[in-house]
Amino acid sequence: MRMTNSTTNNTSNTHLLEIEQVKKKIRMNNFYKGMLFLLPSIMLFSVFLFYPLFRTIYLSFFLTKASGDTTIFVGLENYVNMFASPLFLKSMKSTFLFVFYTVPTTILISLFLAVIANEKLKGIGFFRTIFSSTMGVSVAAASVLWLYLFNPTVGLFNQILDIFGFEAIGWLTDPKWALLSVSATTIWMNIGFTFLILLSGLQSIDSSLYESADIEGAGYFYKLRRITIPMLSPTLFFVITVTIINAFQSFGQIDILTQGGPVNETNLLVYSIYREAFVNYRFGSASAQAIVLFVLILFMTYLQFKLGERKVHYQ
Amino acid sequence: MSQIELVKISKIYQKKQAVLNEIDLTINEGEFFVLVGPSGSGKSTLLRMIAGLEEISEGILKMNGKIVNHIPPKDRNLSMVFQNYALYPHLSVEQNILFGLQAKKLKKQERQRRLYEAAEMMGLIELLERKPRELSGGQRQRVALARAIVSQSPLCLMDEPLSNLDAKLRANMRVEIRRLQKKLGMTMIYVTHDQVEAMTMGDRIMVLNDGKIQQVGKPITLYNEPANLFVASFIGSPKMNLGKAILSEDGKQLVVEGQLHLDISSIFGEELPTNRQLTIGIRAEHLLPGTIENINYLLEAVNVEQLGNETSIAFEVGAELWTARWSGQWFIKVGQKVPVQILPENLLFFDSETGNLIHSVSKGRMQEVLTTCV
Repeated sequence: MRMTNSTTNNTSNTHLLEIEQVKKKIRMNNFYKGMLFLLPSIMLFSVFLFYPLFRTIYLSFFLTKASGDTTIFVGLENYVNMFASPLFLKSMKSTFLFVFYTVPTTILISLFLAVIANEKLKGIGFFRTIFSSTMGVSVAAASVLWLYLFNPTVGLFNQILDIFGFEAIGWLTDPKWALLSVSATTIWMNIGFTFLILLSGLQSIDSSLYESADIEGAGYFYKLRRITIPMLSPTLFFVITVTIINAFQSFGQIDILTQGGPVNETNLLVYSIYREAFVNYRFGSASAQAIVLFVLILFMTYLQFKLGERKVHYQ
Repeated sequence: MSQIELVKISKIYQKKQAVLNEIDLTINEGEFFVLVGPSGSGKSTLLRMIAGLEEISEGILKMNGKIVNHIPPKDRNLSMVFQNYALYPHLSVEQNILFGLQAKKLKKQERQRRLYEAAEMMGLIELLERKPRELSGGQRQRVALARAIVSQSPLCLMDEPLSNLDAKLRANMRVEIRRLQKKLGMTMIYVTHDQVEAMTMGDRIMVLNDGKIQQVGKPITLYNEPANLFVASFIGSPKMNLGKAILSEDGKQLVVEGQLHLDISSIFGEELPTNRQLTIGIRAEHLLPGTIENINYLLEAVNVEQLGNETSIAFEVGAELWTARWSGQWFIKVGQKVPVQILPENLLFFDSETGNLIHSVSKGRMQEVLTTCV
């Protein structure tokens, strides 16, 4: 009796073992299949993202020739010099100011436009198109347009000032005004995208919530505060994150409008990196600046996720 | 006292025909009024027009004798429960219930008092801190009801509130909503496509089809004396058995679906028109099992459903399928010829062309329970 018992136990044990093995095989198979699907993006990312990133980190520890070849290993010296350089510190300050000017204004204006464009009115499609149209304008075209508006003699702004008897302003040449002017251009350019995302966020809010609120006696601003903004918070969070990253990476409009001037007032980080690398041919310190920018954006985004996500209501 | 009065109300969308056509209706105070109809009949639109969410194209809407066509929803002093409950997903149960009271800037003490009263009534006290997504379907339903209760509006509108619940829960909530309405004494306008809900809950029912009123009346009236073929086939489960019928020239014989010959001379005099196409209807409970002395017809059973306490049998009659409900358990094979008794006094007669009722069931059917005197 005992004999038979142990044999049956053994057979069931071997069965279990076989099942385990088959399961393991299936798991491995699934893993390989998954990897196969990921392969195209892994390859693309490797070539265009991971390799350049590591190459930049590598370069930031060296001095380079004009051709970009490394010459002397200097360790952290590029970083040390950078933070001692008043030019770089100024560029940091300008960048933060620029982000501070552009991000909140862009969000507020876009939010306002999105809320009014979300009303069901006749001909609202026309305004939605207009409000989102800057999305279709390239940075270069937009900058050239604003270059004309800012022109000290024939520009529209100075002509308006002239009509009201004010003195002409050197929008792009006066150190007091240059950063603000570039910021205004950037805000105008970013509104299209931000508006579109926010509008789509508004439209995905279930209309029965508003109807229910109507019946319960809620006014317009009460609905805006208690329903619209909280329900829009995931979209707002996304838009804020993207806008901040974009602002840190602004380059085109600087290059066309001011080339970093006057007196390096608009010399934002990315423009500073570009000049360091392709005007001064110092790829080592340019790389070091790029790494600092990378860490900065990483940190800002991390901070946002830490602080902001608690206030976001995901469905 | 009439609380709500609809005078020739129509809804017309741009360039299309009317969705609702000249609806005349009066709803009394404290009444549980059910709007029932198939989807697309315009019942939800009518409810939303009463709520003020949809514009009234034509006609006049009166509440307590005053015209309210132009008054926004928040000033109509009503509450509404939506089909998807419309709970605010980012707010807790407590905040959801308080939402309207805060909007109306009620005093905090009053708010709290009403909140606890409503939460107590709906059994939500322990769930006040939860978010809607952490609730089951039935609990969400209760929150939606609580939200309607706290407003203490005399009128409550419900738009298919039970359609997202499973059958068992739905039966429970039917009773609960009905009790709640009686307890609070509010006027209720309740939209549903489910005729069982309409029959079981309504004091009065309005059947709507294609934007037109088919019939308004007490549930039992609609069941016994449906005004037309639509109401006859819509109200009641299983639906009424219908069949084309021809009256013989002397008015004594009725031929149903070219198969059944009924002798009706003893019941009807000259009430029935001989020159018209007729449709007769008979309820499932009136297709009785034939007895030895009383076998009228032999019908072929095509489907048999055992429900335990009763048996539902489908018979083929001409082109129609008729259903009979016999109490108890009957063992019948599919294809078997079954003796069935049909009494002419249980027949309803409709005009085939207009669909209107010509003659309803002859006998009074209400039975009364004995009132015991102690």
